[in-house]
Amino acid sequence: MSDLLYSDVEEDLRASVRDLLKDKASAEALLARVETAEPYDLKLWRTLADEVGVAGLAVPEELGGHGASAREVAVVAEELGRSVAPVPFLGSVVLATTALVHVGAREFVGRLATGQAIGALAVPLSTAPGAGFPSSVTVSAEGTLTGRVGTVADASVADLLVVPAAGPDGPALYVVEASAAAVSELVSFDLTRRVADVRFSDTPATLVAAGPEAAAALEQALLFGAGILASEQTGVAEWALTETVRYLKGRYQFGRPVGGFQSLKHRLANLYTDLVLARAAARNAADALATGTDVPIAVAVAQARNAPIAVHATEEAIQLHGGIGMTWEHPAHLYLKRAKADEIALGTPGRHRARLAELVDLPA
Amino acid sequence: MTVTAEDLTRQATEFLASHDPHDTAPLDFLRARFDAGLAWIHFPAGLGGQNAPRALQSVVDEVFTEAGAPDNNPRRIGIGLGMAAPTILAFGTPEQRERFLRPLWTGEEVWCQLFSEPGAGSDLAALGTRAVRDGDDWIVTGQKVWTSGAHESQWAILVTRTDPDVPKHQGMTYFLCDMTAPGVEVRPLRQITGEAEFNEVFLTEVRIPDTQRLGAVGEGWKVAQTTLMNERVAIGGHVQPREGGLIGIVAKTWRERPELRTPELRDRLVQHWVEAETLRLAGTRLRQQLTAGAPGPEGSAMKVAFSELNQALTGLEVELLGEEGLAYDDWSFRRPAIVDFTGREAGYRYLRAKGNSIEGGTSEVLRNIIAERVLGLPSEPRVDKDVAWKDLPR
Repeated sequence: MSDLLYSDVEEDLRASVRDLLKDKASAEALLARVETAEPYDLKLWRTLADEVGVAGLAVPEELGGHGASAREVAVVAEELGRSVAPVPFLGSVVLATTALVHVGAREFVGRLATGQAIGALAVPLSTAPGAGFPSSVTVSAEGTLTGRVGTVADASVADLLVVPAAGPDGPALYVVEASAAAVSELVSFDLTRRVADVRFSDTPATLVAAGPEAAAALEQALLFGAGILASEQTGVAEWALTETVRYLKGRYQFGRPVGGFQSLKHRLANLYTDLVLARAAARNAADALATGTDVPIAVAVAQARNAPIAVHATEEAIQLHGGIGMTWEHPAHLYLKRAKADEIALGTPGRHRARLAELVDLPA
Repeated sequence: MTVTAEDLTRQATEFLASHDPHDTAPLDFLRARFDAGLAWIHFPAGLGGQNAPRALQSVVDEVFTEAGAPDNNPRRIGIGLGMAAPTILAFGTPEQRERFLRPLWTGEEVWCQLFSEPGAGSDLAALGTRAVRDGDDWIVTGQKVWTSGAHESQWAILVTRTDPDVPKHQGMTYFLCDMTAPGVEVRPLRQITGEAEFNEVFLTEVRIPDTQRLGAVGEGWKVAQTTLMNERVAIGGHVQPREGGLIGIVAKTWRERPELRTPELRDRLVQHWVEAETLRLAGTRLRQQLTAGAPGPEGSAMKVAFSELNQALTGLEVELLGEEGLAYDDWSFRRPAIVDFTGREAGYRYLRAKGNSIEGGTSEVLRNIIAERVLGLPSEPRVDKDVAWKDLPR
């Protein structure tokens, strides 16, 4: 039976992350940053790595990490979702590090686990678990990489790129120093998590796994990512509900708080109901990833359910805020953009449902 | 000294050693189990329990189940166990607890609930069944509705109006009503399914001794709140395996009947499968919170989600069956002892599920509760708060 609660240790971790973010990732600061040359807050990232140890949270101690599990990573993701903090947590900790831990690439994992280096997994962010191994990057006889990968999350601040490539003997996983590749950040729909085009042209690379091991490492990273993303979506939805409730209690029209009108109360009650379900699904996915039990089903369920819940909650936040919700100065749009991008990230709900249908034997 | 799971397992095992479940009459066995404090363990000593943590009840139940011991058929006496008992425990005199709790738990006496009235549904506090004092008795007259199991019950928990001159919440009094008393008439209430799972209960000058009053005169609303809070706890507590509910029935049909499948139905089925699974997980999580001693306010939300899912899923099931969905298993006017969602066919389930968003708190009332009590939003206007009950428009 999955443990769907938060342990005391997990609650302590949440409190430290939340405290830090409250000071350093306020909505005003976020908005001020999104149109500057430094959309990522790398100072905050280093603080999170140094003070809370988020970079190496789920890395085994013998590889230089803290030896925690997906459950703790999920709690951090939830808090980062609540503040849409512009830090490369998904790309580095959740995706790149997971792939490298899987293949035991000690030296690279060591650099990522301390937060000294930032990583990114060179696949389009829309890649779903169970997708075929990518072939857009090829390997030369000398072992250099050539090819292009679009919409790589967090690549524009990465030092290390973990690159699935089509090697001479099938799937292979390489690590490339980002400075050796051409990385260009796209104008991203999600303002607080950027995607970038990554091009390789006879780029020197280090082989870390080949064959089935490379494929398994990629699949593990994608499953881990999709499962953890469900917690981020829970955090996003929770912010949308909490902030909307707060606003509607204080906004007066017709001589009373608009939060007292039943049509609005019921919409908020529906968001609360969704949040109860999203939290259970996210905790179940995190626990499954931590114990290695029932992972594909738990992840598919959580993504199929939580992605639309986060989108709906942030859409409702915009609507229920009225005019102010449509303005650039109010942070609600940052959450809507994150939720909508998250819906595509690591497999759309439809893809996860299709996969689930196979997993639980509901044939076409 | 807190009782541990090991203590309880040992007690139950020792009890079984001295009371062979296969060699003792079921009623004697249940009475002895009650007297040994192994019935509802969180109840006080002498009343079937030993003040043990409620979370450990399953430990005791499992020992008895594994031994093949007779049980008290909890579904048959659900209202007694879930609603009457905790209220009698909280508000009963020592004599009332002594008199009623044991036969309630053993199932010797079945209980029903006389709360709702034709004019008091969501607004239960508007109820108008009158109780008038007459010496040592009360004379009760009125009409109750939606009473499941009334025709099989010996006793009822009953809320009445004793003072019509004060605002509605103040003038109520709670009684334990003998369903065999003169003046109690039970009539089946036929539903859209064809059967009569509920009853109307007409009370005509029913004489109830003052010793069967539960709580103080005029305190009926407070006592009723205890009953209703326990109803929600009882509803929220069940943990199911994956595909344990209705979704399992529909998924089975889907797997066994390829000729019924269409892409559009499959999309909807998988959506509902996901909804059912997350609802199951949320229920499991709620249960884990209760066990950890930190019950959350999620119960109302889950009831709303459960109703919507049941209605959508049963609708899909009828549609999936196509031609067969045009037939119905049985319209005959029957009075089932318990609601059997799984023992009947798709059409029945579809119709019965319509009640899920009405019974036990309508979805609209529950959304108000979530908005006001969980999210802290302003309350609905209460225009009747300071008006004497008798002056309310109706």
